[in-house]
Amino acid sequence: MVRAEGVRKCYGHDEVLQGVNLAVSHGEVMCVIGPSGSGKSTFLRCVNHLEKIDAGRIWVDGRLVGYRQRGDKLYELCDRDVAEQRRDIGMVFQRFNLFPHMTVLDNVMEAPMRVKRDPRELAQACSLELLDRVGLTRHQQNYPSQLSGGQQQRLAIARALAMRPKLMLFDEPTSSLDPELVGEVLDVMRDLAHDGMTMIVVTHEMAFAREVGDSLVFMDGGAIIEKGAPREVLANPRHERCKAFLSKVL
Amino acid sequence: MTRPEPVPPEAIKTIKAIPVRHPGRWAAVIGVGILAAMLISNLITNTAYNWPEQLKYLFSAPILAGVKNTIWLTIAAMAGGVTLGILLALMRLSANPLLRSVAWLYIWLFRGTPLYTQLLIWGNVGALFPTVGLGIPFGPEIISVPTNAFYSAAAAAALGLIVNEAAYMAEIVRAGIQSVDPGQLDAAGALGMSRGQTLRRIVLPQAMRLIVPPTGNEAIAMLKNTSIVAVVPYAELTFAAQSIYATTYQIIPMLVMACVWYLFLSSIMMVGQYYLERHYAKGQAR
Repeated sequence: MVRAEGVRKCYGHDEVLQGVNLAVSHGEVMCVIGPSGSGKSTFLRCVNHLEKIDAGRIWVDGRLVGYRQRGDKLYELCDRDVAEQRRDIGMVFQRFNLFPHMTVLDNVMEAPMRVKRDPRELAQACSLELLDRVGLTRHQQNYPSQLSGGQQQRLAIARALAMRPKLMLFDEPTSSLDPELVGEVLDVMRDLAHDGMTMIVVTHEMAFAREVGDSLVFMDGGAIIEKGAPREVLANPRHERCKAFLSKVL
Repeated sequence: MTRPEPVPPEAIKTIKAIPVRHPGRWAAVIGVGILAAMLISNLITNTAYNWPEQLKYLFSAPILAGVKNTIWLTIAAMAGGVTLGILLALMRLSANPLLRSVAWLYIWLFRGTPLYTQLLIWGNVGALFPTVGLGIPFGPEIISVPTNAFYSAAAAAALGLIVNEAAYMAEIVRAGIQSVDPGQLDAAGALGMSRGQTLRRIVLPQAMRLIVPPTGNEAIAMLKNTSIVAVVPYAELTFAAQSIYATTYQIIPMLVMACVWYLFLSSIMMVGQYYLERHYAKGQAR
């Protein structure tokens, strides 16, 4: 489903990704852990081309992200083609990034109506179904600022799901939540994983990674240091850096 | 640990304390009251205001025509200025370096020269371009029309105000757009929205919250700045008042009467601004 080969990314002289290779298969839940500044979020943003990569290749669902290859030449995709690629990739952000000027229901309906050009009735029916799934039916006419952090993040998940993505990217979805609200968001994500969604989850929730993840990746210094089955990596990390990190967070 | 002191029963009752005295407020009331009394007595007893004369002309045909011209000039100048201003703001924020420079140059030129001088030039465009035509630069002209055939004082006045206002609106709109959280662009982009959709549906509605208050300011300033187009010359409200006192010599009454009209119109605009601000505050946590 997702394949990355030799992905590099620089900000000025700072190389934040130093050749990332990984593969996520269909229906797999991959959790990415690592200290802050290790490039986890940057890599996630490269997968849907919110960041341009400087070297390497990323494929999603067999298609090269952000470029078209003809012969040995790479052509940049125009904005419209990039937008079209992103429709199939949902993303949930650490700071929710909900649309504050729209009601809860409109937040979910916006993309299906404007991007997929679904008729209003259809978009509304689907959106209400999604709001029911994340437990926000009662709040459909409220504005995001009237919701708790956990409710806002559940809404953000529903908004991403409204485009019926094949892949979901989660960028530290529980990191800006009060501790007692983390559980409700993880519950929604767990349900999603059980329904067979392919997910890449950048997280600090080790229990979630152990329980829900199919694979675990430890990143540090812009590279993947260790990967494997979550239980295995969390219980017996082989690399010193991974050991040191886990001893601090577990 | 020490045991907490038992709370005396009278402390549990609702507080009834003597409020802090504000002697300064009373002094202000007296001072302002004296000034207000002086002003009112002057307005009533000073015959130079000539209130009956003002009332006679308040709804007279030339004044109403001037009011009408002031209103349409304000609306046209603001509508044109906002439209052109949004365009210039988008150019300034564009990735295209040519568009960026053109917008910068435009703002530099029209913000850096006085409106009064600009209007004088617009009023005399006929001297700069006696004819307007379509042709090849440095080559032959295909069609040519004398400028004065279509370029009226009204057009000169509206054009001058629009072109000047756009430079200011561009900066207001740019500040509004730049205030929107970049996370909003990420979210819209991740959903597959195009740049145009993101701008129209996500960025501008949020930028409006910051754009509306200074734009209301601009609109009220514009209402009054229309009085400068008397130099074009164009018969707006102040021009109409001036042409009446040119024959009656009732200078102060006519100018005060014009002020009454301006105050009335700007009050209406303030009400409109209130509702606009309320509309764009939707979803904002207070």
